[in-house]
Amino acid sequence: MSRRVVITGIGVVSPLGVGRGPFWDGLCVGKSAIAKPTIFDASGFATKLAAQLPGEFSAKDFVPKSYRKAVKVMARDSEIAVAAAKLAAEDAGLVTRGSLDGAPGTPTYPSDRMGCQIGAGLINAETDELTSALATSTNELGAFDYRKWGAVESDGGGGGMNNLQPLWMLKYLPNMLACHVTIIHGCEGPSNTITCAEASGLLCMGEGMRVIQRDAADLCFTGGCESKVNLMGALRWTLLNRLAPCAETDSPDSIVRPFDPGAKGTVLGEGGGLVVLEEREKAVARGASIYAEVAGFGAAHSPPPAYEEIRTKQSLSNDDQPGDGVRFAVEAALADAGIAAGDIDAIVPTGSGIREEDVQEAAGLRAVFGERLARVPMITVTPSVGQTVAGHGGIQLAVGALAVKHQHLPARINAGTVASGLNAGAESQRPAQLKHVLVVSTALGGQNAAAVLRRS
Amino acid sequence: MSKRVVITGTGWVTPLGSDIDSVWARLLKGESGIGPVTHFDASTCATNFASEVKGFKLSQFLDDVAPHEMASIGTHYALGAAAQAWKQSGLANAKVNRRRLGIYLGSGEGQLDYNNFLASNLAGWKAETRTVDGGAWAKHALATMTAVREIEQEPNLAMSHVAAEFGCRGPAFNCMTACAASTQAIGEAFEIIRHGDADVMFAGGSHSMIHLLGMTGFIRLTAMSQRRDNPQSAARPFDQTRDGFVMGEGAGMIILESLEHARKRGATIIAELAGYGSTADAFRITDIQPDGRGAAGAMAQALKQAGVSPREVGTDGRPPVQYISAHGTGTKENDKIETAAVKALFGPLAPKIPFSSVKSMLGHLIQAAGAVELITCIKAIETGIVPPTMNLKNPDPVCDLDYVPNAARDLNAEGGVDLCLSNSFGFGGQNDTVAVRRFRD
Repeated sequence: MSRRVVITGIGVVSPLGVGRGPFWDGLCVGKSAIAKPTIFDASGFATKLAAQLPGEFSAKDFVPKSYRKAVKVMARDSEIAVAAAKLAAEDAGLVTRGSLDGAPGTPTYPSDRMGCQIGAGLINAETDELTSALATSTNELGAFDYRKWGAVESDGGGGGMNNLQPLWMLKYLPNMLACHVTIIHGCEGPSNTITCAEASGLLCMGEGMRVIQRDAADLCFTGGCESKVNLMGALRWTLLNRLAPCAETDSPDSIVRPFDPGAKGTVLGEGGGLVVLEEREKAVARGASIYAEVAGFGAAHSPPPAYEEIRTKQSLSNDDQPGDGVRFAVEAALADAGIAAGDIDAIVPTGSGIREEDVQEAAGLRAVFGERLARVPMITVTPSVGQTVAGHGGIQLAVGALAVKHQHLPARINAGTVASGLNAGAESQRPAQLKHVLVVSTALGGQNAAAVLRRS
Repeated sequence: MSKRVVITGTGWVTPLGSDIDSVWARLLKGESGIGPVTHFDASTCATNFASEVKGFKLSQFLDDVAPHEMASIGTHYALGAAAQAWKQSGLANAKVNRRRLGIYLGSGEGQLDYNNFLASNLAGWKAETRTVDGGAWAKHALATMTAVREIEQEPNLAMSHVAAEFGCRGPAFNCMTACAASTQAIGEAFEIIRHGDADVMFAGGSHSMIHLLGMTGFIRLTAMSQRRDNPQSAARPFDQTRDGFVMGEGAGMIILESLEHARKRGATIIAELAGYGSTADAFRITDIQPDGRGAAGAMAQALKQAGVSPREVGTDGRPPVQYISAHGTGTKENDKIETAAVKALFGPLAPKIPFSSVKSMLGHLIQAAGAVELITCIKAIETGIVPPTMNLKNPDPVCDLDYVPNAARDLNAEGGVDLCLSNSFGFGGQNDTVAVRRFRD
């Protein structure tokens, strides 16, 4: 009697291309979009490469005419989200407020039956924009002067902060991704912004699925989007030792090596994916084309592998095993789908190419799959599109759903030597029988999510 | 038939203190937590006052603070609130399946490493081109900034610390829907238990935006009061002279548990979480739907789930809801539209429902506001007294409901408080309401 949930539309904004076509085609032939970034100067970091969106990406090409003005208050993260939502809505054949853009017509679903859950990151303020204001408030030594920044009129006025546009902060609130998407498409149902780093996108998908199951909506735009291809993103990930040192001249497909015990780290990507989740009967009734059913979802926490400071005595008891969070999330998703590990035909792992994190993820999967793990092909996307963080889960969902739909495994790039017992080494694309595909996201903070996609 | 969900623990860290009962007593007396900003030099800012947490030490709540020492101040507040809730719940002495113990927070980001961040930006600044030189910026930043300070700003880290401290291995989420976040977190945690994905959840949120760019952002939006001559009365929800909210900080945390699980372990049940409603305005990035339908929709859904019809009086002749904790920020728009939404939903019963804003005393705890305000509803049920809206001296003709002006009200003679709504609405259009009810078997 429980309501079933299917994926009827995919919107991908990826370094391999904007739209599911160039994304899937690029993956299938084993293309990498890793290159020298042009949207920020990476020369000061040991990692000189990143996976940037191609061309002059702008949300202007993806918003209704009536909404173009709003693009100037969108951070790049929001621009990615509105583009992904438009592509997903089109792909699902939906009529929305946004697709109508003032023309007569009736949206496919009433506003209050449409929800939206979009995973987002901590959005970094554009450095030039912020610093041009900060630079007006310095003392004789060139240091920042708090009093010059405020300077209300009674203190002489002209405070440096007035150089920021009034809506400055609204550009950078993480919930602005969902805010713009709900406004454009008229989604007045439950809307959320989950901020759990790499797990954000898949956690959002899980919440959207539950929203539809509990009849709080019939459709949700869900997934995640982010751009960390900027100075603060590179700084933080460099300090955390998560990026692979590389030169501008290095071969793009040699850098990120998921599950290679000798891997040196990942590279930052930008982009994301949103899918249209729909209640199955309604989707079938309107003749929607179905990519896959979301048959199960699970989430779990475990002490974060890469962050020693918060591994307290209490947090790591004798019962804890490496990769427990992944294991618990996957077991919950399998139980929710009513299937066993033996029913899974392929896995879309996080596979960042960060050694310690990959080891944990593999341990969690091994605990569930046992020896059979060596025979279950993994679909790893980071060598092609980098680690897009909050966008990663959305991209993983897209590739999982496309693989199920096309009964096909894309090529796998991996210049490294993969740990034994894993099916993750370099391989060409090939047709495959895929009834169930497992998608797994694990975040630096210890959050884990898993979903089972079933051929419809 | 979904599971019933009850509350078995509460904790908060607020500008009026970090203990449930003493803060509640101060709220009933109408005290204000507002004063000059001390976290940084805001003396020349248009808004130079805020509602800061005072005298908080994590060591008052945890034996071993070492693993959390480098965490952001917001994370410290979250841990302080969580420790209180955990203690009250008695779960420390119960046998809990950690895989069934989850967490859903609406915690905000940690603050920047300002000294080094500002200096790095200025070190890279090229006045001629009005751009930052990436190489110079990176050189300065890599030499001065540290991994731990940077990671602690990530918005999932408050949750990670609480989960690590108390051993959560179940579903773990953090959401950021601005001022609605912790109410949304509580609502979604409730749904996770109802669906059977966990037995026990930490739910709530924490936040501090009392720092340079947090205050700057809201000053530029002209969303905060600029009553520099009288900060203690600056937070004036529903008053005609209101000129914006006053920034606060803190944390609120509750323990949610399936009734079944709470019973089995013989827990003391504080109240029942009876309903949750969530909508989006989908209107404009800065404005609320003028008819308040998003807010009314969230309240209506929460009531429906609680099995209550908004316009039906009880057998005692009283409205179906005895108290509404308003979002009540003290901005012109919010207070007007929230009032309209309550009227639209409850019709002729609206003026009979006490509807107050503790933000008049605590300020606006941003993402932590909803969880703290829900706890005030729980206390209202427990004591039969509802907290006041302070500083309401000049009624606004468009705000004509019963805001419990300037003095707490004892409702025990009329039968106390049975069912409350707690509203939280976020910039960006998320509207969330939870319904909390006196527990009855």
